[in-house]
Amino acid sequence: MRRLALVAALLLPVAGHAGEAAPVTDDPVLEERVMRLSHDLRCLVCQNQSIAESNAPLAVDLRNQVREQFQAGKDEAAVVDYLVARYGDFVLYLPPFKGTTLLLWLGPGLLLVAGAGWLAWRLRSRVRETPHALSAEEHARAAALLDGTAKPSRESRL
Amino acid sequence: MKAKFLIPLFIFLALAGFLGYGLKLNPREVPSPLIGKAAPAFRVPQLQAEDKTISPEDMKGRVWLLNVWASWCVSCRYEHPVLVQLARNSPVPIVGLNYKEVRGDGALDAKAVDPATELATARQRARQWLVEHGGDPYMASAVDLDGRVGIDYGVYGVPETFLIDQQGVIRYKHIGPITPESLRDVLLPKIAELQRAS
Repeated sequence: MRRLALVAALLLPVAGHAGEAAPVTDDPVLEERVMRLSHDLRCLVCQNQSIAESNAPLAVDLRNQVREQFQAGKDEAAVVDYLVARYGDFVLYLPPFKGTTLLLWLGPGLLLVAGAGWLAWRLRSRVRETPHALSAEEHARAAALLDGTAKPSRESRL
Repeated sequence: MKAKFLIPLFIFLALAGFLGYGLKLNPREVPSPLIGKAAPAFRVPQLQAEDKTISPEDMKGRVWLLNVWASWCVSCRYEHPVLVQLARNSPVPIVGLNYKEVRGDGALDAKAVDPATELATARQRARQWLVEHGGDPYMASAVDLDGRVGIDYGVYGVPETFLIDQQGVIRYKHIGPITPESLRDVLLPKIAELQRAS
């Protein structure tokens, strides 16, 4: 009984998985276009959801706007321009490549190049380091240590 | 180099600095692309004067505020006394944008709203709210039933306030309720600056 309850509890999130908003018109092609574009647009109310996933009133309004503009014959780029003019680049999940987003786009690449360069430099300088040769006395001590015949040393080295 | 062991400390401090700065940023405050652009045009019915409409055109030549509000907006209750006080001192006219008064109310079923009576319901609700919350600070309120004007202004939360200059250009957008502090420190200086410019 307990196990059954546990299984039911574990399945609960699956049952509760949020779907997309139900289509409004009965034109599947139009609805497809609306949903496809809506997935790339951020809802400004619940900022980590797209307007396709969110059911915030603003997301519903914006989906309706997208639909209306498609019906009026506008294409994807025109609808995106319309929304960006009102809400800024923030509505786009894929920010445009321009001056203010330069670091955003190139930053990870720069970090990678810098990190790889530093690693290469470190590895190369490590190869150049000549291994420290042991003196005869040190050799003898090392051998004694390995044999297990060494006395506890008072010296701090080794 | 002796101080090499300090390098991770400096990296940590730099990172902590960035993160600390990031903590102070408010992700809810999305900069508006409309700053410096002409206020989008609209002409919608007024709240109080039933036979009149209002448009940004009517405000040309004056510095004014466009304040987005609704009776269902909780933060508006905190903002309202500030607006009433501001209207009393009247440095600038405040135009209200009553945003989705009926449909925006989460307590109502938006689909059950009857379009034929929506305007009348909105007027009745909004007026009653104004009476209950200390009076009407607005020179006039534009009734934006379906939120279309709101979309043109990039409204994504209520309240929001736009500062518009004599030429009808949006100069500043305040997101969230206006507090006595933000009024004194930000809004009033900006208003004074614009009025001097005329």
